[in-house]
Amino acid sequence: MWLKRFAISFSIVLVLALALSGCAAPAAAPAAATEAAAATEAAAAAAPAAGGELEVFSWWTSGGEAAALQSLFDAFSAKYPGVKIINATVAGGGGSAARGVLQTRLAGGDAPDTWQVHPGFELLGQYVEPSYVAPLTSIYESEGWKDVVPSALLDLMTKDGEIYQVTVGVHRGNGLWYNKKLLTANGIEVGPTMSVDEFFAAADKLKAAGVTPLCVGDSGIWATSQLFENTLLGVIGPEKYKGLWDGSVRLDDPDVKKAMETYGKMLDYQNEDHSALSWDQAVKKLMEGGCAFSSMGDWAYGEFVNAKQKDNEDFGWVSHPGTAGSFMIVADGFVLGQGAPDVENTTNWLKVLGSKEGQEAFNPLKGSICARTDCDRTKFGVYHNWSMDSFAKDALVPSVVHGSAAPADFQQALNDAVTSFVVDRNVDAFANGLVAAAQSSGFGK
Amino acid sequence: MTTAQATAAPTQRAAASSPRRRWHLSEQAQTILLLLPSIIALAIFIYVFIGTTFWVSLSNWRTLKPDLTLRQPLFATYGDMFSMVRWQADLRNTLVFTVFFIGFALTLGLTLAILLDRELFAHSFFRNIFLFPYALSFVVTGVVWRWIFNPETGINLFFEVLGINGLLHQAGLGPLRPGWLTDPTIVAQVNSVLAYAWPAAAGWQMKWGIPLAMVPVAIAATWQLSGFVMALYVGGMATISDEVREAARIDGATEFQVYTKVIIPILRPVTISVFVILLHVSLKIFDLVYTMSGVGPGFATDVPSIFVFEMMFKATRYNLGSAAAIVMLLLVALVIVPYLVSNLREES
Amino acid sequence: MTAQNHPKGKARRRVRVGSIFVWIIMALMAIAFLMPVYVMVANGLKDAPNVSLSTMWNPPPQVTSQNGFVGAWQRLSPNMINSLIMVIPATILSSLIGAINGYLFAKWKFPGSDLIFTLLLFGFFIPYQSILLPLVRFLQVIGAYGSIWGLVLVHVIYGIPITTLIFRNYFAGVPTELLDAARVDGAGLITTFTRVMLPLSIPAFVVVGIFQFTNIWNDFLFGITVVPNPSTQPVTIALNNLSGTFSVDWNVVMAGAVIAALPTAIIYILLGRFFVRGILAGSVKG
Repeated sequence: MWLKRFAISFSIVLVLALALSGCAAPAAAPAAATEAAAATEAAAAAAPAAGGELEVFSWWTSGGEAAALQSLFDAFSAKYPGVKIINATVAGGGGSAARGVLQTRLAGGDAPDTWQVHPGFELLGQYVEPSYVAPLTSIYESEGWKDVVPSALLDLMTKDGEIYQVTVGVHRGNGLWYNKKLLTANGIEVGPTMSVDEFFAAADKLKAAGVTPLCVGDSGIWATSQLFENTLLGVIGPEKYKGLWDGSVRLDDPDVKKAMETYGKMLDYQNEDHSALSWDQAVKKLMEGGCAFSSMGDWAYGEFVNAKQKDNEDFGWVSHPGTAGSFMIVADGFVLGQGAPDVENTTNWLKVLGSKEGQEAFNPLKGSICARTDCDRTKFGVYHNWSMDSFAKDALVPSVVHGSAAPADFQQALNDAVTSFVVDRNVDAFANGLVAAAQSSGFGK
Repeated sequence: MTTAQATAAPTQRAAASSPRRRWHLSEQAQTILLLLPSIIALAIFIYVFIGTTFWVSLSNWRTLKPDLTLRQPLFATYGDMFSMVRWQADLRNTLVFTVFFIGFALTLGLTLAILLDRELFAHSFFRNIFLFPYALSFVVTGVVWRWIFNPETGINLFFEVLGINGLLHQAGLGPLRPGWLTDPTIVAQVNSVLAYAWPAAAGWQMKWGIPLAMVPVAIAATWQLSGFVMALYVGGMATISDEVREAARIDGATEFQVYTKVIIPILRPVTISVFVILLHVSLKIFDLVYTMSGVGPGFATDVPSIFVFEMMFKATRYNLGSAAAIVMLLLVALVIVPYLVSNLREES
Repeated sequence: MTAQNHPKGKARRRVRVGSIFVWIIMALMAIAFLMPVYVMVANGLKDAPNVSLSTMWNPPPQVTSQNGFVGAWQRLSPNMINSLIMVIPATILSSLIGAINGYLFAKWKFPGSDLIFTLLLFGFFIPYQSILLPLVRFLQVIGAYGSIWGLVLVHVIYGIPITTLIFRNYFAGVPTELLDAARVDGAGLITTFTRVMLPLSIPAFVVVGIFQFTNIWNDFLFGITVVPNPSTQPVTIALNNLSGTFSVDWNVVMAGAVIAALPTAIIYILLGRFFVRGILAGSVKG
């Protein structure tokens, strides 16, 4: 009797659930494929030989990113119409959720055809070493990419002479954005470059006038870790900075400690509510006049554009203090999964990504610049042309906060060390902690 | 139950003939057979898995590629972990959170139960309101209370509105605007006191004291669970007969004394249950802290569960994450095992 | 005032003065308890341009079709469905298994059954971080990782200890005479269960059902670990993702919190009595 009652109520609820799924807005239909769905589709698609599938795994789900990704799909489909593209995205800031899914899939032998990667340690340490990806050197040779991609970037994708990634877009990490109107009102002018001393001079002037000089939004701690790595780059210079990651320079080197002190000094000028704000809320605060400067990669440019602010009128930019002449690479690219179900389609996909047309379609929408040096400049605005100039002539360095310069466990250790430093400003503890982490991670001496 | 069954069994056995006896054994076999799936499932999903986690904590697995070879010296990972400033902060935070949370929740729950005990007008309506947060997810609580504790526009506004800041201003003091979750201050630091026993303590990076940022988290958790505590006490008080209360009143006790001298002592078993349950919740707390404040400024609100999560899935340091998980398990076991053992003894 | 019916038998006059004071305190506490609910609902009803931290205490100036609930429903309804698909089978299965186990542990003790039960019960208290890694690996091996069914399996298994406990305590209160009567009639172990115990256990099923529904619906850790892909995740994880993305619409987040809380809230409002019994049954031993 009770069994009947339960069965009835269960069926009612199930029917309700199905009805609700019908009423749910069409936009809610998940674009991302689940493992089960992919499996059945793969089985069903076994028939058409000229088509096949392509599973592209990324974390590009919001506004501009999704549009940029779509432009790549469109470019691909124009050339290879029979192929079914499975857009496997996992949302979540900076790929934090996506990486976990990817890790587990790879460990379980269920690799996607291709996935989004940052060059450097993330690629070489996490995917190349355990043989999760296949070499792409032959594609580079057949497409002639070695001539158009800067060698510093190529180095970040190469191991033992083989190249493993095609980079599609490059962001510049060492930017300092400012509220031009607010600075002018306080009698401060920013030239084409800014030294550390010039920054502090301006900051003092602003502080005296009651304006918060620096906006930081470190509820996501990486934002202030990035402030540190930019400052580090600015104080010790690109050569020594690169030396940190091959072990030739120790993290308790006197110059590094000087950089840590400079970073600590900068924190004296930051907004009080920094730990309650996310990076974009900090940029918004800058736009609203709550502070004058914010150090952030050029994905912040999109925030200004969305708020309809005008380049060089409402806001301006300059290299992070002391980093003029350096370009901190924060790049995105794709790989060929080892044992990928669709090698041919994936190879074609990578060719589209590395092509001039593909990159020219993707980057204006994404807000980054081409990894190639021969893209059509007229397709990009004032800021991006400035960035492309920098990319062509400046020293290219890898970012540790974004996974290129050091392994994941060092990244975490850096974030943890910064968390403590922001509060206690203990330079010795900071330096010693980083040295120990570098040694334990395997690259420090 | 036991006595009834005890008297029933011999009667049946007495009436047993051989078929009856065989039937009896087969029943025991049936019992075990029916329980076997659950027993096997839980043996695997609990005990085997715990064993595996323990193995990983002793292993060398610290990158994406699984590496189950044992690390030498054997407990080196645990040693590394306990010397990490972040882990020490986690232990401190757990202690502080537990004290505040249990203190607040027990007091508030008991108080609410006593208020409800008066059975005034609309008391069941009030009871439902107090118990309501228990039905919510910790995620919902974290999202909302994060806003409420925003230092600029949250609860702090009430200090303005209620005139408290005005009064403080008149007294020449600064306004009351706590930073709540953004406050990295550690009050009552005892590092200098510890230095008497361990001279190195004075120079420690980790400050042993009370992280102020933990207080709003404890408040949110109290909101969520004090209704649960209240329900337990209400249930307990319902079993106290009127005669007991009357007897106390006749002996000259005021209402207040009836509660403090008679009812609360009788409710001791409930208090113990509540204490054990809240303790095990506070040792495991994850969702609430994760959604409300994350690790907090200077690790002021970091807790071991978040440490496990980040070490395992962000830093890919599986051995370190596992070591932390095992320590969490040990802490919980320290509390639960005596409780379970004493219950087991009660049964037999 | 119902003083003359007051079971505590107080003098009417004393009740009046003290009671009003007590009542006011209760009312103030109730307001304090409802404050977060107000924040959620009020901000959820606002439009995107009207919602910000600085106006968080203000009621919505007007309620349009652009309010947070519309946006939240759009974003969260697939996840609500995921949660439903997860919760209902898991609740039913773990309740059934708990009923059988509870019956056996309560009425059919064998040597060592108390010890085995205690070992089982320990599983309810463990921090799930201590089994997360092997669990993920196990689910991958059997192909259930990343799917709702993997989650269902997980919740069923880890729900067994507490459902067994509640049913065991419940059945312990059932007089053994009923069992003996059935035995005399020739019923075996299983038949006694289906014919005698089950019909009696409806209240226990309701209590366990509500308890499990609430716990499983509100779960976060298993959801975020076993199903990392946002489109298949239950609503609690989706809500956290919503509040973690950048350029977040806070009216959507607040409305989302209300929506995510609705099913358990509704059950609580309608079946609150059993809810309380669930708490008492699962927590206070003997």
